[in-house]
Amino acid sequence: MFEPFQYEFFVRGLAAATLVGGLCGLIGVYIVLRRMAYIGHGLSHAVFGGAVASYVMSINFYIGASVWGFLSALLINMATRKRKIGADAAIGIVTTASFAVGIALISRYKTFTRSFDAALFGNILGVSQGDLVAIIAVSAAVAAMLFVGYKYLLFTTFEPEVAGFYGVPTGWVDTAFALVLAATIVVSMQVLGVTLIASAIVIPPVAARLLTNDFGVMVALSTILGAFCGLGGIYLSYFIDVSSGATVVLFSAVVFLAAFAYNTVRERFLSEGASGRWLGRAPGSQ
Amino acid sequence: MLHPRPHEHLEREPLLQLRGVSCGYGGRAALRDVDLQIMRGDWVGLLGPSGSGKSTLLRCILGAVDVYRGDVLFQGRPIAAARPRIGYVPQLETIDWQFPVTVEQVVMMGRTAEARWLPWFSGADRKLAHGLMDRLGILRLARRHIRELSGGEQQRAFLARALVSGPKLLLLDEPTAGLDITTRDEILHLLDELNHQDVTILMTTHEINAVAAHLPWVVCVNGRVLAEGTPSQVFTPEILKLVYGGDIPVTTYQGMTLVAEQPHHFGRNGADV
Repeated sequence: MFEPFQYEFFVRGLAAATLVGGLCGLIGVYIVLRRMAYIGHGLSHAVFGGAVASYVMSINFYIGASVWGFLSALLINMATRKRKIGADAAIGIVTTASFAVGIALISRYKTFTRSFDAALFGNILGVSQGDLVAIIAVSAAVAAMLFVGYKYLLFTTFEPEVAGFYGVPTGWVDTAFALVLAATIVVSMQVLGVTLIASAIVIPPVAARLLTNDFGVMVALSTILGAFCGLGGIYLSYFIDVSSGATVVLFSAVVFLAAFAYNTVRERFLSEGASGRWLGRAPGSQ
Repeated sequence: MLHPRPHEHLEREPLLQLRGVSCGYGGRAALRDVDLQIMRGDWVGLLGPSGSGKSTLLRCILGAVDVYRGDVLFQGRPIAAARPRIGYVPQLETIDWQFPVTVEQVVMMGRTAEARWLPWFSGADRKLAHGLMDRLGILRLARRHIRELSGGEQQRAFLARALVSGPKLLLLDEPTAGLDITTRDEILHLLDELNHQDVTILMTTHEINAVAAHLPWVVCVNGRVLAEGTPSQVFTPEILKLVYGGDIPVTTYQGMTLVAEQPHHFGRNGADV
């Protein structure tokens, strides 16, 4: 049971996956409630373009990819403000174009010595000490920003336009959120990979939503579930010898199914009257 | 019937003034040459058919539409510079009822701009919000999810959010839309009570008899301001034809001027008229 903990790389990977899971779960609440679930998937692809570009230009990966991701998120925000373009379409345009830049650079500079497999599919066992430090720093910064901006984010997420009428600086809130989102995606790439980040951003908040009707509780629950999925997925992957990123996602899917089943059973008990009183009111039910 | 007080103006300077305002979206004016004055303590209803520009007028005051010409002044200053506290109650149909917020969380949103650097609300803010919720009869529902409330309770929750921000002007977009007769009556009496407590109200409605006829002052809008006055002054066949583009007979019932829909086949089970 404790066998994997004797390996330093495993402990490092486990810590990284737990932190990234919690981080994605935390930020995912705002993304899911803004009905922009696809942005995690799209932005991770956009950041891939930035990662390749930063490599070509010999810029530090974290800086290059973060700036690229931030600019992509801002572009999506700008495009979404145009009434004629929906968020989903804006995400589709910006992120695929950005991803294509990465592919174009790879095909143009065929002398690449670096493999981007890890960026695409994640390589938890390849998490270095430096990566872990970056994950810890970003997690602390994002948590601090979301904590301080809690009131603003809640109102802006609930009613973006009305929040502005009540004096909330929604433009700044969106910009700050784009920054923390880009940073989250960049540090998560090494752990989960471009193709699997979306699940870490979407599944924990959706599962949390099934369990509560309270925004504050949902934020806490989603963070805990995300961290739990990261921890449980990596730990399980050691024993079943399956790719770590895939195991984290599958483990998350099982957690979602459990939350879904619990919610369904609770709704059924409630609809049957007094027998369900002890369960409380099911979120999403009336 | 409510108790519309006379349109008495305690101050000479308007609280809100629109002078020759043309505004709209994407270069297309939805409202033209609007001249309007709202005095402190007024309760004004904006009446007009769907798409007439009622909500656009509210959004113009809130700075959410493009102003192509004219001035929007608040206590004599351009509204963008004055940045007054305005309580806004959106149409309930625009709310995401699946969003995980409780009644208390919604009401507290009205205090978001206070204590900017703290993630939580102060004790004074909470006390203020609880006092208002108690006054509006929704304190017992504080922990409930917003979707679990009745239409009237939901309207009260959003009204409480607007009031808790300490507004100088209250803007309501169709506050009685979709409500049953009893709830609509409750909301109108609540607004009447607030107005008598010196809350200035500007609200949109498309309900002539049910809502506008009870208000002290009505502004008829359809692309521009076509008429304004007390209901008995503006509810004339001529003005209503100008606003709605059709013949609408007017009648009087217990001292109230009401409009009567023209008889037609629909609703008469096909019987000949």
